[in-house]
This record gives sequence, C-alpha cells and structure tokens, in this order.
Amino acid sequence: MNIRVPVAAARSGSSITTRRLSKTFNGTTVLQLTDLEISPGQILVLLGPSGCGKTTLLRLIAGLEQPDGPDMIRFDGEDVSGVPIEKRNVGMVFQSYALFPNMTVAENVAYGLKIRKIDRAQREAETCRLLALVGLEEYADRRISAISGGQRQRTALARALAIKPRVLLLDEPLAALDAVLRERLRVEISLLLREFGITAVYVTHDQAEAMAIGDRIAVMQKGRITQIDVPREIYHRPANDFVADFVGTMNRIAGRVENGVLNIQGEETMARLNVGGPDRATTLCFRPEAARLASGGGAISARVAAATFFGATQRLVADVSPECRLQLDLPSNLSFTPGQILAFDVDPDAILEFRAEA
Amino acid sequence: MRRQWTSVAGIVITALLTLFLVVPVLLSVYAGLTVNYARGMSAGFTFDWVRQVWGLYSDTVWRSLAVALLTLALTLLIGVPGAYALVRRGGRFARAVEEIVTLPVAVPGLALALALILSYGGAGAFRQSTLFVVVGHLLFTLPFMMRSVIAVLETIDWHTLDEGAASLGSPAWRRFVDVILPNVRPGIVAGALTVVTLSIGEFNLTWMMHTPMTKTLPVGLADAYASMRLEIASAYTLIFLIMVIPLLIGVQLVANLTEKRTQS
Amino acid sequence: MNSRRFDFLLILPLAIFTLAFLILPLARLALEAGSGPQGLAGFFVILTEARFRNSLIVTLVLAVLTTVATLAVATVAAQTLANRQFPGRGLLLSMLTFPLAFPGVVVGFMIILFGGRLGLEGSMTKSLFGTNVVFAYSLLGLFLGYLYFSVPRVLLTILAAAEKLDPSLVEAARSLGASPFAIQRDVVLPALFPAMYSGGALCFATAMGAFGTAFTLATNVDVTPLLIYTEFTLATNASMAAAISIALGLITWAALAIARSRAMRDTKGS
Repeated sequence: MNIRVPVAAARSGSSITTRRLSKTFNGTTVLQLTDLEISPGQILVLLGPSGCGKTTLLRLIAGLEQPDGPDMIRFDGEDVSGVPIEKRNVGMVFQSYALFPNMTVAENVAYGLKIRKIDRAQREAETCRLLALVGLEEYADRRISAISGGQRQRTALARALAIKPRVLLLDEPLAALDAVLRERLRVEISLLLREFGITAVYVTHDQAEAMAIGDRIAVMQKGRITQIDVPREIYHRPANDFVADFVGTMNRIAGRVENGVLNIQGEETMARLNVGGPDRATTLCFRPEAARLASGGGAISARVAAATFFGATQRLVADVSPECRLQLDLPSNLSFTPGQILAFDVDPDAILEFRAEA
Repeated sequence: MRRQWTSVAGIVITALLTLFLVVPVLLSVYAGLTVNYARGMSAGFTFDWVRQVWGLYSDTVWRSLAVALLTLALTLLIGVPGAYALVRRGGRFARAVEEIVTLPVAVPGLALALALILSYGGAGAFRQSTLFVVVGHLLFTLPFMMRSVIAVLETIDWHTLDEGAASLGSPAWRRFVDVILPNVRPGIVAGALTVVTLSIGEFNLTWMMHTPMTKTLPVGLADAYASMRLEIASAYTLIFLIMVIPLLIGVQLVANLTEKRTQS
Repeated sequence: MNSRRFDFLLILPLAIFTLAFLILPLARLALEAGSGPQGLAGFFVILTEARFRNSLIVTLVLAVLTTVATLAVATVAAQTLANRQFPGRGLLLSMLTFPLAFPGVVVGFMIILFGGRLGLEGSMTKSLFGTNVVFAYSLLGLFLGYLYFSVPRVLLTILAAAEKLDPSLVEAARSLGASPFAIQRDVVLPALFPAMYSGGALCFATAMGAFGTAFTLATNVDVTPLLIYTEFTLATNASMAAAISIALGLITWAALAIARSRAMRDTKGS
C-alpha cells in the first residue's frame, strides 16, 4: 500500500488568519479569543484533550459554524465570515468520513467535480489520478460498505483533494482506525500533504500523531491555545505544566531550592539538582530520556520498582521517595532488578521549571 | 425436554387465534366461488358470482386503485420533504409538528370527515370529486409515510453526510437530491407500501365523504354486505383480498429486508 | 438558493396541507359544535342526554373489554411465537397480521360468516345441538369483531418486544425455581409492559373510533361513532354530531397521550 507521490507539486493553498476569533454556544464560550496565522502550504496541528475547542476552531475555519463576530477569519487576506462552506472551497475530511453510501468510491471522489460541472471525461481522468494517488484504483467501483476502514479514510482524502481546495481540514481522520493502521496512514497522509503543498489544519488528540504530521502544533486547553510552535520546541520546551504533561511523559521532583540546589534525602535514595536561582519551593521536570546512568555518585539515587523492555530501550520506574516516582529511558542491554539502588544524572539543559499556574 | 404446560397452553391459544382469524377469510373465498353457499360444495363451484360482482362494482376497484396511487404520490411530495425538514429542525418544534400531523390517526375518522365536510361542503366541484376522498386518505396516511422516513433518517448520520456534501460545494437542494433521498429509499419504499395498503382499506373517512360518484372498494363492500346475497358479498370480498394480500406480502418482505440490512 | 430558503420550501407543502385540511377543519368542527341551540353546553350533551351517555358507556365498556382481551391473547401468542423457529412461521405470522388491512366492514362480514344466520358456527351447533346459534348480531358478535381487528396490531407490537427480551432472564428465573406464574409476573410481563401499554392504548383508541364493524353488524347496540353518523346524516344535526365527535376525539387523544407519557417514563426509568 504505497502512496505514489506526484513529482514536484507546486505550493498551493491560501493563508489563514484569525483575529480575535471566538465562539459561544448557549452562553458558554467554547473558543476564547484566538489569533492565528497559518502561511500558505503550512500544516498546523490542533492538539488537545476533548472539549478543548480544537474541533470548534476547525469547523469555524470550514464555515460549518459562525464566529461570534464579523471579520474574524480571513483567507489570503479576504474576510470569509459571510461565505458559507459551499462557497469556501475547503476540502474537509470528517472523523466519520461522511462518505455517501449510495455512491461508489469513484462516484464519491468525483462528486465535488460533478458539482463544479466538470465534463465527464475530465472528471473520470481526475478521479483516476486521485485514486491512483491513494492506491485505490482497483476499488473504484466498490460500494462504500464493501471497503475497509483504512480504504474509506483514503477515499475521504481523495474526495477532499479532488476539488483542489485552497485549504484542507482534517477532523481526527485516523481516530476510527486501529493502532497499526493509524501509524501507517499517519506517514502516508503526511507525505501526501507535503507533496500537495496545500495549507492544512489537522485536529487530533494523539500527541505522537501531532508531532509526526505538523509543521507547527497548537496545543489547546479549555478553549484557548496555550502554546503554538514547532514540534521540537513543544516537546523540549513546553510552555507550561499542561503542555508538558500532554506531550510525552514528564518526570516531576517537588522540593525546595536552597542556595541554588534542590535537595531530597531518603533512606538510601536522594536527589541533588543544581539549578541556581533564588531560594524557592518549586517542581523540577525532565523527560525520561534526559537521564544517564552515573558511573560514580550521580545527581539522583533511586530504588528500581519495575523495568519494561522496549527493544532498543527500556523504561525504568524508580522511586526517590514514596511521593517521587520517576520514569527513565535507558539502553536495554543492561539489566536491573527491583529493589536495586540506581545512580544517574540528568542533562542540566533538559531540566524545566514551571511557574505554578494561579 | 419435557414441555411445560404453559408452552402447550400457549400453542393451543395461538392455534385457536389463528383459526379465528383465518377461517372466516377462507370461508369468504370459498363462499364467493360456490354456486350456492347454503348447499355447499355439492352444488359445485363457479366464477359467475365474481363476474357479476365485476359487472356491478368494477368502477370501485379502479377508483380505489386511483385514489391509492394519487394518495401515494401526494404523500411522497408532501411527506418526504416534510419529514426531512422536521428532522433538520429537530427539537420541540419538530415533535409538536409531528404530533399535529399524527392527529388523524388518533382522532376518529368520522370526526375528521365531519370536519372536512363542514369546511368544504360548500365547494361544490371539490366536494363531489375523487380529490375530496384523496384528501381524507392523505390525512390518514401521511403520518405513516413521515414516520417511516424519519425513522430511517434517524439511523443514518444525515447531518455529517449533509456537511460532507456541503464541503464539496453542493447547494442545499442538490444535497437533498444526491445524498439524502437515495439514502432514505428503504423508508420511502416501506412507507409507500403502507400508504397504499391503508388507502385501499380505508372506510371510516371515505364512507362519510363519498358521493355515489366517488365510491371506493370498501364503500362498495358495505353496500354489498347490506343488500346483496352472501355469495356476491363473498366474491366482492375475494376481489378485495386479491388486491390487498400481495401488498401485505410486500410490506413484510421489505420489513424483513431492512431487518437483515441493519443486522449485517 | 441558500439553506434557509430550502428548508422553508421543504416544509411548505406540509404546512399548507396541514393548515388547510387539518387545523382549519378541526377548528370549524369545534365552532360548529359550539353553535348548536345549546351553545357551548352542547359539548357536554354527551354526558347529559341519556341516549348519548348510554352510547358512550357501551363504547367505553366495549373498548376496555376489547383491550383487555386483546392484550391477554396477544401476549400469550407473542410469547409463543417469539424466538421460535419452525417451518411455516413466516406464513403463520403473515396470516395473523393480514387483518390489519381489513376495513371494519370486512371484519364485520367475517363475523357474519362465522356466526351469522348462515354462519359456520351456526351450522356446527345445529349439527351438535340442533339449534342454530346466531351470535353475530349481538354484543358478543361486536366484541369478537373488535377483537378481530385489534389482535393483529397489538400482536406485532408485543412480538417485537418479546423478541428483544433476553431468554437467559427466563432461564435464570427457572433455575432459581420460579413457577411459570412467577416468571410471567416477575420477569416477562414487566419487560413487555411498555409494549403492552402502547399497544393497549392504540387498541383502545381504535376501538373507541371504530365505525365500519358496528355498521355492518347493524346491531341494536349504538356505539358512539354510529351515533355521530346517524346524527349527521339522518337527523341532519351537524352541531350535535360535531360536539359528540369532538368529545370522542378528546377522550381518545387523552388515552393515547397518557399511554405515551407513561410508556416514555417507563423506558426512561429502565
């Protein structure tokens, strides 16, 4: 199942700008004032838990919902607030695909072209091209009920691309598929989007998916964007506690910093992290992969509780104290026994500290 | 496994019930074909009664068919778009409208017929025409067509399909024709069969609303039962059964098909 | 053409039709009922005048008896048929539900064939007991006629519910030693109750408004729909007929509304 990518497709697509975009339903503000700039051809992923407003934002851009006020959404600088979805020329891939059960795969893909009154020969040629692109040429005449979930997903994608949209909007397109299929399609969609060069907004709650696909990720919580940046920055420099937790695993050590050092003493365990700065109560965080085994005494000594083998690496769960449980990613060729005391260091650049949210 | 006495009792009751419902029908068929019912089989069988009935009442048969088909056409034109409109609107308003449309099922047919006669009795040409009867049938059958279509709409995710088509640029009327209608077809077919069956068998409304020029089959039957001998009445009933039973079989087949499709 | 305009066009035919041929006529009916010589008191004549009151009582009694008997028979038959496969099941079900399409007059004729002067039952009793027992034109005949058109409808409703019933519930009750009576009372009937309630309500409403059956059997029993008919056509007393129609309609509608709200409450609670 390979996606055949076209050679050197031109960058297409509109820029999307939102200015103080908000949406209120029945008195509840589902999306807070949101300012967004998406350049042409860029893929923005909206990432967050359910209820965070990401789908609402997508639907506002699509034209399926009306913003709270005028001139809040612009495509290529033009206000599209008054333009209904039928006229906005956005390609949309729905979570449930919204494929028409009364049409075949080919008829579904061609539907947008039929509406635009493209003549039959051209329609057929275009449909063939797209089906070949997503690897579904042999399924052209199948009924929707006769194809698998992954095939439906690709049909939905082909259908949205057929109308040469200026913006492609995807609402959790992989949510209905099993894990293996998800990972495979994730790569294919990513390739396809980049080759087509269309501006895309992609909604998901899966952080691995977000980091694999997005040029930029907007992490959303409770109706607002808490951080918007490239995946690398989001991962290594999360702006706050929520982002740190939502994206990847984060270890936390809470304690008091005195004379620039955070000290925790257990019976046989300890933690000594040199972070500088004024005396304060704080929580220091770092990712599991930031840990390195120490040859001599390390910054942290912890008691091993469990080890999970992942092939190339292993994840250790080790306790500094009953309240301080850490997860560490280490090479898998070493073996550890539960109860063993381990000494390790943490890369100082990887230690993060968050101001407590009020 | 020892059969419980309750199962046996159940079977007996069901058997008696079946006999109760079926035997008179068979009797009626039989009576319509005997030369003389009182004398029974010994007098032989004949189609003479059927022929006589046809000579007397064939116009009622054609009229019933015409009324049924016209009623069907109108339920399609009025009921299908109406059902979609209600489902789109949703909420209390839609439920209230459906309640009102379903009133003719709850209110006795006589009351409705009376209401219509009082309101339109003066409109001579309309009152005397078959169209007047059709209106009565329409009142009674429209809720069934609408219910059938609404039921199917509620099972398919019409809202997402509608949005999907809209995202491809399809205007509202086109979405209705290209996407919604084809996918409610099972509901329309089931509704259509029900409407035609109900229309052919409708009596209460039609009896009050008809004129000697606009008699339907059941109205003719009432005449025959009152004034004709048993053999003629039976032969006439036989013709009615021939019209209605294939329709009922159709309704059952469609119901079975939809059940199979929802199970798969 | 935008969405809103299209929505308007969708509902327009329905709106026009309902307004012109349902709402206005019903309003006209109400007006007519209140415009008789007794004015608004005409609405209560169904209770005050003996002839009408008796008719109403007979109709109510008949409807209630029919409903009870129908529910009993239909529940037994439904349970017997539910989840049982046997050759000819489809045919049997068809035969049991065909009467759904019969107008009341045909049902009346069926009863006449059964128990009229030349009826089957008459000739049977004649050969057995020497006398031709004719019941078709009595209250019994009327009752049987009402049963005839009620059972198929209710049977379908209860059958659908019976097939949804989990058979392991009955098996569990049996394993705990419950008698057939207890199983019915504690397991089966409570599960079938919503279907019985809605089926029973529809049965009651149909029986209240039934006209054709009584018309054909031409008994000396004057059910209320017959009364409406004679008032309008023979006595040309439109306002009286209208008043009785509305009274009958309200009683029927109320019965259905109560049943529907009870049924919804029950399903919500379960």
